[in-house]
Order: sequence, then structure tokens, then C-alpha cells
Amino acid sequence: MSADSGGKPGRTQAPFGRRLCEVADSRPAGGYRIFTLIDEDGPSPGPGQFYMLAAHPDWAAEGGRPYLPRAISHARVSGNPAGGQRLDFLIDEVGPGTSRLAAMSPGDACWITGPFGGRFSLPRQLNPKAAGAVLVGGGIGIAPMAVLRRELVDRGIPSRSLLGFRDREHSGGIDELFGCEETRLAFEDGSSGHKGYVTDLLLQILEGDDSGSAAVYSCGPPAMLEAVRRICLDRGIPVELALESPMACGYGACFGCAVPKADGGYMRLCIDGPVVRGDEIATAMAGEPAVG
Amino acid sequence: MDLSTDICGIELSGPVLNGSGTFDALAARRVFGDSLIEDFPFDCYVSKTITMNPRPGNPPYRLWETPSGMINSIGLPGPGLDGFLERDLPGLAGLGVPLIVSVMADQVEDFEVLVSRVATRDEVAGIELNVSCPNVHSGLIVGEQPSETEALMKALRPITEKPLIVKLTPNVANPQEVAVGAEAGGADAVSMINTVKAAAIDPGVNRTWLGVGAGGLSGPAVRPIALAQVRAVSASVGIPVIGMGGITDAESALEFILAGARVVAVGTENFRDPRAGSSVTEGLPAALGRRGFGSLAEAQAASLD
Repeated sequence: MSADSGGKPGRTQAPFGRRLCEVADSRPAGGYRIFTLIDEDGPSPGPGQFYMLAAHPDWAAEGGRPYLPRAISHARVSGNPAGGQRLDFLIDEVGPGTSRLAAMSPGDACWITGPFGGRFSLPRQLNPKAAGAVLVGGGIGIAPMAVLRRELVDRGIPSRSLLGFRDREHSGGIDELFGCEETRLAFEDGSSGHKGYVTDLLLQILEGDDSGSAAVYSCGPPAMLEAVRRICLDRGIPVELALESPMACGYGACFGCAVPKADGGYMRLCIDGPVVRGDEIATAMAGEPAVG
Repeated sequence: MDLSTDICGIELSGPVLNGSGTFDALAARRVFGDSLIEDFPFDCYVSKTITMNPRPGNPPYRLWETPSGMINSIGLPGPGLDGFLERDLPGLAGLGVPLIVSVMADQVEDFEVLVSRVATRDEVAGIELNVSCPNVHSGLIVGEQPSETEALMKALRPITEKPLIVKLTPNVANPQEVAVGAEAGGADAVSMINTVKAAAIDPGVNRTWLGVGAGGLSGPAVRPIALAQVRAVSASVGIPVIGMGGITDAESALEFILAGARVVAVGTENFRDPRAGSSVTEGLPAALGRRGFGSLAEAQAASLD
């Protein structure tokens, strides 16, 4: 345990400066891509931590964008036979940065810094009475959930995963990153599993459980995270959320990634998050356009 | 190659500073550990801007990426003067390089308190004055008015013998006039440029992207503006110029030296690479050598030729 507040396991410290990593693989995953970097010297990251990524060379080559590196959580970490570790990232092409990262080919290089931020707590740290964990992921946000799930499996801690997607296209990565055991799916378009939101599944589970023994973890779009946060807070269930924010640096320098705290003021998501307790923040939707 | 230099009496092992508010050394130490201190990327550390009272900063979003740069509207979050002196300053004193503290106020009386209390601390080598805030009495932005800047400097000059550096805004027609005012009031140096006024529109939801509507542009996008202004100012005043604005490497740092800056500061590039300051320093001997300079001092002397 570190001296960090909130009883979270210690964060993995990042090497100072950025380093070039080789792209070992890049493959489609539904409407997304998964690419793999060989990180020869970096420390092993915890679930919920993230990296700042910038393709090399020619980042900013087209019209000056992308310019800033992109903050992305790893979706899997594994040993590399030739040394170091393999980091998998699940990527959705939503802008110039993610598109440039998705265009990288094996043999290319990518600047990385990190791992940054703090990690998810273990269930008993989040709730001393926790019998297991409930993981709620949405869209691209299933990436850190997959890392947490693997750790829980390795530690013999029971968990159930609830994953929600708009449609089949936006469910890429589940087959590779999540096994089918103890995983329930929701599709907004009803193409498979439950038709509706993943929060419907969360409500079902919490109704059937002794909510005093629950520990909930979530990552996904801001509106989903806020719904999960509300559901848990209303029932007194401890919940940790991995948030996202526009972010220039990842290490506390730019002060860009402000998230409003429940008790006023702002936290820097990069160093005080990206994993936050549901009751630490005022909203998971800060800066988002109001949703009607 | 000899890169040692000085800025208004502060001896430096090299010419690379950080721009105020672009590198939180205390947060970086927490993230990177002692390797930050062993490999500290700057020859002199400039703190983020300190205000009289604690400030939460602006609501999100605070950042927007632009071609070759970014817009920020951070809003000067900070612990206030007391919190800075008690909690932050001891840690900053352990960085192993001279320390310049940036301060800002909206009236001269508060500037006087800030300067006097910061200047009496032995850990502090110099003070940078962020004058991009409106004066509550006149309503004018001090740093946009030569007379206001001169009057502020005349009020602050008697308080301390430590170097006082005025951070100039680029959002004026003739920054050299403000620089002349700063010099006339007793400033020891000017640093420039601050960010360029800018806005970003999110067409998807038809609103300004930033939480407070507008902000300041930085990064390589502003470098040509900064170079023109550094040239104009360094030709107009006798006090040294700390040059910054989109410096990414030794080549761009040398552009500022040849434009008339005595030393340079790295800002936005720190966000892309925490060791950006070290990269600039490491590349300087080769960059200087390629142009036939045997030392940094030779390039400084050759400026404006």
C-alpha cells in the first residue's frame, strides 16, 4: 500500500521522459482496432492507469494535427518472450490522434510516457465487506475493465462483468479481451443480449444482491459513468470510475484535465485519477454538453 | 561546449528555463520520483503564477488542440500566497536550480504584498510579474499599457533588490512600448511571449469548446509571432529578454537567441515530452556548432546582426 489517500494500492511510477516503443501488431476488432506495443524498459502498469501515446514519426504531419499525445488506458499487459512487456491498446478512431495511432503498422514506432495515474482498488479495499466485484464497461471503456478482470481472476477474487454497446460494430474487443464467463452484454440496438443500457443490467444485479457486499467498477462514456455513479451513490454502494478528460501531458503539468470535486474545487484527473471514487467528484460529465 | 550564462545576475548552468505554468515540478516529482531531480530538465525553474488567495481555476473544458499547438484556459489554480510559501516553496527549493516565482494581482497593493513576502525568502532568486490581469481600479490590463506597467514597476522596485521580470503579453500592437515602460519603471528583464488570445468552436454542438469561452494559444503555432516580438523588444530595451513561444528543440531555441533573447523557456513542449528541456540543452552544442559558434555567449553576442 502506498501513502495515497483512499486506500488504493500503490501506483506504478513512470520512468522520466518519453520512450520509443515498437509496434508489434495492429488488428481490427469490430469497429475498433487493437494495437500492441513492445515496452522494453517500462514498469508493469496497474488496472486503470494510462499512457500518453504519439505515433513516430510524422505526428502532427497532416495540417499540424494531431499535436498533443493521446491519453489511453492499456487493455492488456503480458510478457514479451524477447524481454519487456507487451501492451495492448483498444482504439476507436474518433479524431486525428486516434486515427493516426490506428494507422500504425507492425515495425513502426510510437512514443510513450507512463504509466500515469492511480489504479483501481481491490474490492476489499473499496468495501471491506465486498464478496466480489461488479465491472461495468461501455464501448471503448471496456479496456481498463478487461485489465482489472484479469487481475481479479489471477487473485482468485470473484467478479461479474456487465458490458454495454451501441451495436455490434462498437463491441469490438470483447471476444479478445473478455472471456464469456460471468459476462453479460447489453446492446442499445438489441442485436444481442439485453436490449437497452448496461445500467439496466446493473440495476438487476444490485436488486438481487445484498448491496452491502457490492463493489462496483466502471469505465465508459461520461453519461454512462454518471448513471452508474448515481445508481451506486443512491444505494450506498462503493464505486470507482475511470474517467477521461482532455489532457495535454498526463503528469500534472498542464492543469487541463480538471474534474469538479464533490467538496468544491477541481482535481487534476491525471495525477489524482483517472480512477476516482464516486463520492469524490461532483459529476462524471463535467464539460460535456448538457444531455436532455 | 560552454552553455553557462546568466539572467539579470542569476548564474545559470545553461540557457533553458520553463515557461511559468507549464511544468509543475512538485507533481512531476510525485509522478517520476527522484529521477526528476537527478535529471532536472531546466537550468532555472519558474513557478506557476501565485495569487494572494487560493483559486480553483476555470471550469472544464480547459484545453483544445489546434494545428501545431493548443488553446488553454486554465485560470491560474493555486494554493494562494500562504499555501505556496508554507507547502510548495520548500519542495521547489530542493530542485537544485535557481528559482523564479511568478506572481499576479489585480491591484498594486496586492502586488506589493506578494513581492515583499516572496522576495524575503532566501530560496527565491527572482520574481516574475504576470501582468495579464485587469487592474481593479482602472479596469485596464496592466501589461497592455506602457504607463500602467511603468507605474506598477515603480511601486514594486523599492521593495526588493532581487531581479523583477515582467512577463509580456503578445496581445498588443507594439509590445516594445510596454517593454520600454517596464524598463523605465525598473524591471531587470522581460519574458515573452505569454499566450495569444484564441478561441475554439465545437461545431458538433455549436458552442465554444472551452469552459470559459476563450483562452490562450501556445505551441509551435505561435513561434513566428514570438520571434518577431522578441526581435522588436530586444532592439528597444537594454534589459535582457527571456524568449519563449513554441520552442521544441535546440534549433528553435537558437532562433530565439539569434532574435535577441538572452535565455529561452520551454513551455507547451513539456506536455509532449517531460524531458523536453533536457532535449533542448543536449542539442544546443551541435546546433551552435553548425553555425560556427564556439559557445552560447558567441551566439548571444551575434544576435540581431
